[in-house]
Amino acid sequence: MATYNTNEFRGGLKLMLDGDPCVIIENEFVKPGKGQAFSRVKLRNLMTGRVLEKTFRSGESVEAADVMDRTLSYLYSDGEFWHFMDNESYEQYQADANAMGEATNWVKEQDSCLVTLWNGSPIAVEAPNFVVLEITETDPGLKGDTSGGGGKPATLETGAVVRVPLFVQTGEKIKVDTRTGQYVSRAKDE
Amino acid sequence: MTQRHAGDWRPGASLETLQARARVLQGLRAFFEERGVLEVETPLLGASFGTDPSIEPLVSAFTGPGYPDSKRLFLQSSPEFFMKRLLAAGSGPIYQVCKAFRNGEAGKRHNPEFTLLEWYRPGFNANQLMDELAALVREVLGQPDLPVERLSYRSLFMQHLGLDPLEADALTLQAYARDHNLLGAEGLDLDRDGWLDLLMTSFIEPELGRDGLTFVVDYPASQASLARISARDPRVAHRFELYWKGLELANGFEELVDAEEQSERFEQENCRRFSAGQRPMPIDDALLSAMEHGLPPCSGVALGLDRLLMCQLGLDDIEEVVAFSLARL
Repeated sequence: MATYNTNEFRGGLKLMLDGDPCVIIENEFVKPGKGQAFSRVKLRNLMTGRVLEKTFRSGESVEAADVMDRTLSYLYSDGEFWHFMDNESYEQYQADANAMGEATNWVKEQDSCLVTLWNGSPIAVEAPNFVVLEITETDPGLKGDTSGGGGKPATLETGAVVRVPLFVQTGEKIKVDTRTGQYVSRAKDE
Repeated sequence: MTQRHAGDWRPGASLETLQARARVLQGLRAFFEERGVLEVETPLLGASFGTDPSIEPLVSAFTGPGYPDSKRLFLQSSPEFFMKRLLAAGSGPIYQVCKAFRNGEAGKRHNPEFTLLEWYRPGFNANQLMDELAALVREVLGQPDLPVERLSYRSLFMQHLGLDPLEADALTLQAYARDHNLLGAEGLDLDRDGWLDLLMTSFIEPELGRDGLTFVVDYPASQASLARISARDPRVAHRFELYWKGLELANGFEELVDAEEQSERFEQENCRRFSAGQRPMPIDDALLSAMEHGLPPCSGVALGLDRLLMCQLGLDDIEEVVAFSLARL
């Protein structure tokens, strides 16, 4: 079992805490002039996304989490699982809805996603920052309106709904920022 | 502590900060000159080292004339033992500005090499030395109206945690930490003083010195270090600490002058080191001889100048007040 000593702690290091993999956000060395030294650590639980603080005695060792980030291609969804493939090894992985989180709104076949694997299984999937998706349904806007003020809801091919300017029509492709879920621009045919 | 970027040769402290540091050094020298306290220098490398289990040395070695097989030397974590030998030799009041070294300590408030102002006052009790320390900070920083307060270690625990630190056992202290969402407390293996340190640094320290200088006085006798035990209440020692803006700035004692008791404390601490898997330290026989000869009743204090600058300038990383911290070497 790999372990990390508190002296190895730094942002980004992945540890096992209470059975869940966690990543260190911040590590602070705390020590009274004439007393016990501690590491006060802020971590994110990679399963729940929750941020927690934990105190370790300096010199203590903690189990390492076998967690790695890999760029994988999204293949398809069978309704229950989302399937991904490593383009180099052709190895396939399946992520459940929990691991997919928000990413289900944005990914379509062939997209490259950053997938966090724990013991070889996906626990978190990050969609690309920008995606191009086709509008499958939106109210016809007034012709000639280019102000973009107000906007209207539009349903995308993935099922996600975003606000778009009035001049954007069904069948058009748009660029969306997946981190905010906001319309960026119309997309040229690519 | 931030990692140095490749090619970043610049200092971590701004020119203004280095100027403020120089002014503090000038100011404190003028302060002591006016009061007739003598500036001294003592070795940074010593053949022995304090036994305090919470302080680990950086070690060096000399090879040369007289020492063909090399002599182990410890970079000193404080000039205390050498200065006490000067006091026993009749120096009168003395001060020193020097570098001090500690292994294993690095972070936003720690650098393994740091600057101490340490001084000793024969004939002073702890109260008189606290008065002088407060006067020094006010004068050197040019803040004559900086408020000063004194609170006992016990009253702080009672006020903030509702616990009596002189009576509560390790289990009670651990239960408090666990019940107040100090995550990790359930898994920590600490002794009573370790739990007191954890509660102090987690719940009390951040509140200390918000509006000015806060002296914490009457530390538990188990944390006496080199301080005299109180004759009035043997559960506490004549040890004090100075806090400002949640930062521990200084540690002072009404000094233990009894050579026999000093020798016993060294032995006890070395036993604790041994049982905790730390190497015992060579005991400073020259200090014990000096104490047998006669250390005048005195009080002494060490003030961290890097942290004092952090407080003065409102900086929260020690890297910003020293030219080149560990990460920039």
